[in-house]
Amino acid sequence: MPDIRATDIRVRGFAGSINSPNPFWLASAPPTNTGEMIMRAFDAGWGGAVWKTIGEPITNVSSRYSATDWNGQRIMGFNNIELISDRTVEDNLREMAEVKKRYPHHAVIASLMVASNRETWHEIVVRAEEAGADGLELNFGCPHGMSERGMGSAVGQVPEYAQMITEWVKEKARTPVLVKLTPNISDIRTVARAAKRGGADGLSAINTINSITGIDLDTLVPRPNVDGKSSHGGYCGPAVKPIALNMVQQIMSDPEAALPLSGIGGIGNWRDAAEFILLGCGTVQVCTAVMHYGYRIVEDMAEGLENWMRSKGFATIEDFRGLSLNRVTEWKHLNLNYKIVARIDEQKCIGCDLCHIACWDGAHQCIHLDRVSGPVDGHVELHPIPAVRKAESRASIAETPVSRKEREAVAQGPYPTPLERIPRVDETECVGCNLCSLVCPVDQCITMVHVDTGLPPETWDERMRSTACAPQPQSS
Amino acid sequence: MSIAILPDDPQLRERFSELKPPLAPQAAVIEADRCLNCFDAPCTAACPTHIDVPGFIKRIASGNLRGSALRILEANILGSSCARVCPVDVLCEGACVLHRQNRKPIQIALLQRHAMDAFHASGEALSASLPGTRNLRVACIGGGPASLACAAELCRQGAQATVIERRPLPGGLNTYGVAEYKLRATDSLREVEMIRRLGVDFRFGVTINSAAALDALESEFDYIFLGLGLGAMQRLGVPGEDSDGVMNALELIAAYKIGHIREMHGTVVVVGAGNTAIDAANAARRLGAETVYLLYRRGENDMSAFDFEYEHAKQEGVQFLWRRQPLAIRSGEHGRLLLDTVQVQQVDKSLLPIPDSQFTIDCDLVVPAIGQSPLAQLIQELRGVNVRDGRIVADLATGQTGNPRYFAAGDCVNGGREVVDAVAGGKRAAIAMLKNAEVAYA
Repeated sequence: MPDIRATDIRVRGFAGSINSPNPFWLASAPPTNTGEMIMRAFDAGWGGAVWKTIGEPITNVSSRYSATDWNGQRIMGFNNIELISDRTVEDNLREMAEVKKRYPHHAVIASLMVASNRETWHEIVVRAEEAGADGLELNFGCPHGMSERGMGSAVGQVPEYAQMITEWVKEKARTPVLVKLTPNISDIRTVARAAKRGGADGLSAINTINSITGIDLDTLVPRPNVDGKSSHGGYCGPAVKPIALNMVQQIMSDPEAALPLSGIGGIGNWRDAAEFILLGCGTVQVCTAVMHYGYRIVEDMAEGLENWMRSKGFATIEDFRGLSLNRVTEWKHLNLNYKIVARIDEQKCIGCDLCHIACWDGAHQCIHLDRVSGPVDGHVELHPIPAVRKAESRASIAETPVSRKEREAVAQGPYPTPLERIPRVDETECVGCNLCSLVCPVDQCITMVHVDTGLPPETWDERMRSTACAPQPQSS
Repeated sequence: MSIAILPDDPQLRERFSELKPPLAPQAAVIEADRCLNCFDAPCTAACPTHIDVPGFIKRIASGNLRGSALRILEANILGSSCARVCPVDVLCEGACVLHRQNRKPIQIALLQRHAMDAFHASGEALSASLPGTRNLRVACIGGGPASLACAAELCRQGAQATVIERRPLPGGLNTYGVAEYKLRATDSLREVEMIRRLGVDFRFGVTINSAAALDALESEFDYIFLGLGLGAMQRLGVPGEDSDGVMNALELIAAYKIGHIREMHGTVVVVGAGNTAIDAANAARRLGAETVYLLYRRGENDMSAFDFEYEHAKQEGVQFLWRRQPLAIRSGEHGRLLLDTVQVQQVDKSLLPIPDSQFTIDCDLVVPAIGQSPLAQLIQELRGVNVRDGRIVADLATGQTGNPRYFAAGDCVNGGREVVDAVAGGKRAAIAMLKNAEVAYA
């Protein structure tokens, strides 16, 4: 039953005191390079912006970006070797003050990165807050260039450094302090815990992932090409979302690490945003999707999230934040006696037979093309292998239907799938792996249905414990 | 010696600009990416030559264009012309599973052309894997698709093949008979040149029309493949059909394709309603004829032309005269013709003239195009080769005729199908001959 209350996607008191008209923030990146850009973004509907990292101005190279395309789709993944702001601290902070004056209700976060000494951090914190920043984000994540100078991920990969600098910042900061985490570490929780120990008010995760997107097969130079050489960059965009979601879950499920979290990593639409919030994020940050399509994408993000919340009966972000966290557990706590099998809807099947070959070559040889010859259940030896089927059809003789009569015999109305091309699942052998339903190009054609095993739920953990408690057989 | 090439004719190119322009490289990749890569794909099964369609399409997607072309040529040596002339609506594209999802089928023909054009542009020669390793010599009579496919397959597998063609240029209907906006004669010849470089011998201007000629062939070659195609067009059977100004559809098409007719004027009447009639009618329009009628004794729903060909003719401005039949051709003023016609109606199984419906068309050219009658004269002289209803009787799977040394495929066997059917038949015959030879020498 949809809830008829108005939905409210405002963010209030994030990490203590940060408010924004919606949870959609621009991440610290090229889209937040200047005050002019940020004001246009707010006009387009963005709720907040994390300023392109402020620090001693750097010199960038050209080119700076590269991408991974997939199956004709541009920018499945995006990579950059750009550094922090190449503009002076003065210019950035002057513009920040102007933005805050004109947009007092939007969140403006100052992303900071300076050399690792206490006074330098104290100074930049004070200046940023004087400019009107609603919060500070400590960039401990940048994986390229800055790390070679002892900053960015060089700090974020060493818990002790991350804690120390967080403590220095907290000595001066009056606004919430967020620590931005690098994923380029074996366990992201170690630095999250360090930040929490250092007094951080919140976290942002994840920063970009070390990457080489590809190599130009004509010049043999990896991308992006800077005068015949390349350097590893930071990977982001849709490709990294699953990695980011996992890290968000790890952080938010760990009491020693969990803090108000601003989720980052491949978010491009409201669905992505809802997923990050379901794993506990209070706000989300977006960059690559904006670099691809512009600020305008936020309109559908806000509308879509509101419409989904309405359909689910959630009035506020807090109503659903973190609801999926308790649905993630360790593998050993999953029910070993739960069984699903694949079912193919004959009406929807278009006869591509991708499920058949996927099951044979990538799963458990239990999807067969035997509806005409008669169903045979059982192990692999009982069935002709796919190559036999293919050889048979190659050996068949086909002719062009030329006469009107022949053509009419071929055309059978609205293209029904011939029975011999509709695969059948042998449910006695199906292990319920999902593969066929993932490769099927037709929505809802292959569904995974629950079958009762007649066994009570039992996890691996429980099985091991009951085995351990059982009387051991006596050896003679 | 290379295959002769026709001089470039800009006027011909302009008047017969391609119906379907090639895909741009990026468009080809986008289209290739749409392909689902079906297992045991229905498009492949529907193709008489069983080209591995998803295989060559995914090679385009990955940028392996050479591999894509070789994949096509492995199944169909005339992959380039088939990409242009195949009625794909009733073949591969008609079988595409995307239809069942209410999506447009993959543009297989255009993708195939993309790969083949890239291969031909590269100038790479196709090589036989084992040239001359088999002691087998085959004469292929007729220079059209069936013989070319048969000879190419034989050469690829190490045998020797000689194509014997009575006309000065090879390619058969691909060179002389397909509408220029679908397949240019120059493209057909380019494809034949690729087959020549594979090692196939050609003899041009040689007509096999006597028992002696056959005896000579039999002593020189182990097997004889008959890729004769069809014979002359059927005659209308009306008075005056030998007048100047009467020219059958295949003559008309051949004449403009090789540059013998460059322009037309006035009124042209094509008699018949098959695909060749439509090609001839469209050609007359493009060559400049102001009025082109297509005269057919039955109705719209009975015509044997493909639906897309009919639609195309309407767009070209061809006018259709249904249920009308020629009675006589007379000479008119200033060298023009008078074609007497009458309206007919079907009564039971016969067509009867409707009284007082006679009508005379004042025209410049009458083009009979009412089917091709199979050439039977030569066949009569071949011992043991059966001919039924004007078609050579041969096994569908092997092309074997009643005479163990004679094989046949293509239009002379199937009565007139598509280029791709001829290629498939020629190739099957080649494989059967290779197999027979292996058994014989084993």
